[in-house]
Amino acid sequence: MTGYFGSYVVVAVLLGVGVAIFAGGLLANRLLRPDRPTAEKLTTYECGVDPVGEGWAQSQIRYYVFTYLYVVFAVDAVFLFPWATVFADPGFGLTTLVEMFVFLAFIALGILYAWRKRVLTWT
Amino acid sequence: MTPALWPPTAQEIVFLLLSVVAVGSALLVVTTRQLVHAALWLVACFGALAGCYLVLTAEFVAWVQVLIYVGAVVVLMLFGIMLTRAPIGRTADLDSGNRVVAALVALATAAVLVTVVIDGFRSAYTPLDPGTGSAKSLGGSIFRTWVLPFEALSILLLAALIGAIVISRTDIKGRE
Amino acid sequence: MHVVYPAVVAALLFSIGVYGVLARRNTILVLMSVELMLNAVNLNLVTFDVWLRDQLHGGQVLTLFVIVIAAAEVGIGLAIVLAVFRNRQSIDLDRLRDLFEPPNSSDPDGSQPAATKVTTGVGPE
Repeated sequence: MTGYFGSYVVVAVLLGVGVAIFAGGLLANRLLRPDRPTAEKLTTYECGVDPVGEGWAQSQIRYYVFTYLYVVFAVDAVFLFPWATVFADPGFGLTTLVEMFVFLAFIALGILYAWRKRVLTWT
Repeated sequence: MTPALWPPTAQEIVFLLLSVVAVGSALLVVTTRQLVHAALWLVACFGALAGCYLVLTAEFVAWVQVLIYVGAVVVLMLFGIMLTRAPIGRTADLDSGNRVVAALVALATAAVLVTVVIDGFRSAYTPLDPGTGSAKSLGGSIFRTWVLPFEALSILLLAALIGAIVISRTDIKGRE
Repeated sequence: MHVVYPAVVAALLFSIGVYGVLARRNTILVLMSVELMLNAVNLNLVTFDVWLRDQLHGGQVLTLFVIVIAAAEVGIGLAIVLAVFRNRQSIDLDRLRDLFEPPNSSDPDGSQPAATKVTTGVGPE
């Protein structure tokens, strides 16, 4: 189990073992438990009080900006991985370092804008 | 010398299984009646595609696919679903009236593309040599050859971030 | 690996995306279908990069760039969808018909000048 495909076969086998343990536990639970549902048992449990309204509420729109900030920085991190493997190699050096920081500076401008517009404050 | 299409190698079998998962869950994305299930089938489709990239030895692209698409874009989609007060459960009005025409157009597109692709690449074959898709080799070409598009991407991301803030937060006023 | 397999899979994914864009009414589902089409293109790019053994890794680097552009696109797209939802309380594509031009029954071939059309045109409902 060496080499590129061999190591990913190991990953796939481990994934399969994990899924099997998880699914096996749930399946054993399903086979062993008593199952006598009634209408009261199937309602949402809210600390013993009758549930009020629906279980589906609309989120606030300000969370959208936080999610998008997360996406932008995930994208940003994607380019840090290849950069981190090469910037110390011969032929890259200071120029590559500066290029990455120019990239980071542009995205930092975005978060600076968000901060100046008070998007980040928790109200 | 091109090997015959049959029997497929082990890599091709794994690739075909993964692509069956990808195409099947993509079909469910466009046909399911439940909005949240569509987002979850999209996760399955993107995950299977990441597996396809792994088989094609594009290792780094595969993990970026998992990180960005499965981790970030689908989360953004689910946020969009939650923010638009979408109906949960089965809804009949997810499809528009032109389903038949759309299916015809899609079938025609598929027929043309598949025919052309099979005709054009019937004899194309590549042995899979791992190593060309690692983070190091991609980093070498990004920071040696593709630096300018890379920097342009940062400006694109900045513009998208500011645009998303301006469009979604109309309660923020400019300077008086 | 025969190049036909990934190429055919990419073609099928693209067609499924085309169907989704044309057939769905919910705007978020249309955005999801656009993502499917972009992924089909990515699969093609990776395949041909591997097949042609590009020394500059043009295909795979372009795939990374397409993924980033897709993230930017979906962020702006959802922001626009949210703005539409705030104004209309609906993201149903079939009901967003403000730019709809009613078919002019008196003049089906459109030989009249555009200005008279606007003045004689009635609203959609």
